[in-house]
Amino acid sequence: MTDDHVYLTLAQGDHEAEARWAYGTGFADPLLGVDTALAPDVDGADLSRYCLMLGDDALVLAQRLIEWCTHAPELEEEVALANLGLDLLGQARMLLTRAGQADGSGRTEDDFAYWRGEHEFHNVRLVEVENGDFAHSIARLLLFATARLALYTEVAERAPDQVLRAVAARGAKELAYHQEYAAGWLLRLGDGTAYSAERMQAGLDAVWPLLDELFTAHEAELRLGLDPAELREPVLTELTALIERATLTVPQLPPLARVGGRAGREGVHTEALGRLLAELQAVAREHPGATW
Amino acid sequence: MVPVQTEAPAEAPELAERFEAVVAAEQRIEPRDWMPEAYRATLVRQIAQHAHSEIIGMQPEGNWLTRAPSLRRKAILLAKAQDEAGHGLYLYAAAETLGVDRADLTERLISGRQKYSSIFNYPTLNYADVGVIGWLVDGAAICNQVPLCRCSYGPYARAMVRICKEESFHQRQGYELLMTLMRGTEAQRRMVQDAVDRWWWPSLMMFGPSDGDSPNTARSMAWRIKRHTNDELRQRFVDMTVPQAEHLGVTLPDPELRWNEERGSWDFGEPDWTELQQVIKGNGPCNTQRISVRKAAHENGAWVREAAAEYARKQKEREHDV
Repeated sequence: MTDDHVYLTLAQGDHEAEARWAYGTGFADPLLGVDTALAPDVDGADLSRYCLMLGDDALVLAQRLIEWCTHAPELEEEVALANLGLDLLGQARMLLTRAGQADGSGRTEDDFAYWRGEHEFHNVRLVEVENGDFAHSIARLLLFATARLALYTEVAERAPDQVLRAVAARGAKELAYHQEYAAGWLLRLGDGTAYSAERMQAGLDAVWPLLDELFTAHEAELRLGLDPAELREPVLTELTALIERATLTVPQLPPLARVGGRAGREGVHTEALGRLLAELQAVAREHPGATW
Repeated sequence: MVPVQTEAPAEAPELAERFEAVVAAEQRIEPRDWMPEAYRATLVRQIAQHAHSEIIGMQPEGNWLTRAPSLRRKAILLAKAQDEAGHGLYLYAAAETLGVDRADLTERLISGRQKYSSIFNYPTLNYADVGVIGWLVDGAAICNQVPLCRCSYGPYARAMVRICKEESFHQRQGYELLMTLMRGTEAQRRMVQDAVDRWWWPSLMMFGPSDGDSPNTARSMAWRIKRHTNDELRQRFVDMTVPQAEHLGVTLPDPELRWNEERGSWDFGEPDWTELQQVIKGNGPCNTQRISVRKAAHENGAWVREAAAEYARKQKEREHDV
């Protein structure tokens, strides 16, 4: 076999190989082939809003995970954090696409990601705060993945939209790994050295006040028959067990105050989101109307 | 071909004979086989340099990860960065079969005792750079690396098979991005040409100095670590790339580029070796930045790695106590 032959074999189009790639990288339309008709009793505006809430959570946390790239403590963590980011990005793409179908506007994932201002993002504040150190990022991931896994499990069963159910069913498998990954590091850092335990506890303390927002229902989801408040107790029980096993203390801290009763779901964020979006959107906004 | 220097132990001359025979028969040397020390050292240097290049190579493209202009492009770029981290891992593992360890190699990288490909000391300045790196830099890497799939050292050869497949995928994705941009707005086309102008010569320099100035080539070829000279690979890359550039609609920044009917190859100009020497010696546009990012990640992560080691030690102790 000559090298030229090897090269040609490699360089030739091999569409089968696309399947090997991380989800969401191999094709343009994440919901291609899925029946996207709305069920008759579903309010499209509510469904769209709910998809944006979940999609923005996934997108913004993916962006935070991506910021770890080339800065992770070990190469295995580079691979793992990128993998988590890819999963969340894949979920965000499907949810934002669904939002544009549900509200009848036909807006695309990129219309939502690149052309909304920060007050139009509906993610919880937990996902947007800066990464901090590795322990802080792990604490945030642990809280988010535990709560989101519980939520997706419910949504996959009960959501009044088949696309959303399918996205949640797939997402739950991914989130189960995210939770396992975060719990593994919680344990290693919590029960590692005195210094790592201190960092891990500080990380938990920093993000804990942002947990409650994940259980605070928005009226759109209530109208869809989904109430995240029901998840508060089971998620807290699970988190408590994990934190105690890591020889750490469950923070006794009140939820972060809202602003005039509003928080992330209503488009009222921390100062961190604006800067995150400025970076995320810069190139797209420099070239309005361009195709990438 | 130069005679291979082998220093087999005096009491076991048959070891050297066996090594020579295995290499000559195009079979593989495996980690437990006897090998000349110089062969081992050459491989450690080359594989480590390759691993370091994968890891440092995440930085120039990583520069655009948070700003990728569509979610699909962001996912593609992130998957590529993840592949590169994976390639670094396989390659460090292949180096470890030769009796070195990853932590030590990382120290040698951040202290400047081991090199990585100088191509990554150039900055990425617009989003088309992501496509051009895929097309030209990964394309040049493929030309260099495909012959390594038949390298005489088994673990390296096997790692290269998988790496080459993924690199080839990255190259096609880079080219596809450029095709999209060339069909786009005038500003997008200008970005592509600008990126090509900046990356063309550094890509040609990825093949190393001209054969006359490459002292190690002959020995590496005799050992079947290397299969072709630097100039042969460079020519192959140019011949492959010129038609792709035409198809894309960009101009390669070399006024001396012309088809040579007699040779059946493209003639091309001489890269600016003085500039390359500067980059190799540490004065490239990004040398300091690339190493300082890697060093900071390594140092900032030290407490995390220590915690993992301590946790593992405690677990072992607990199992022991049970």
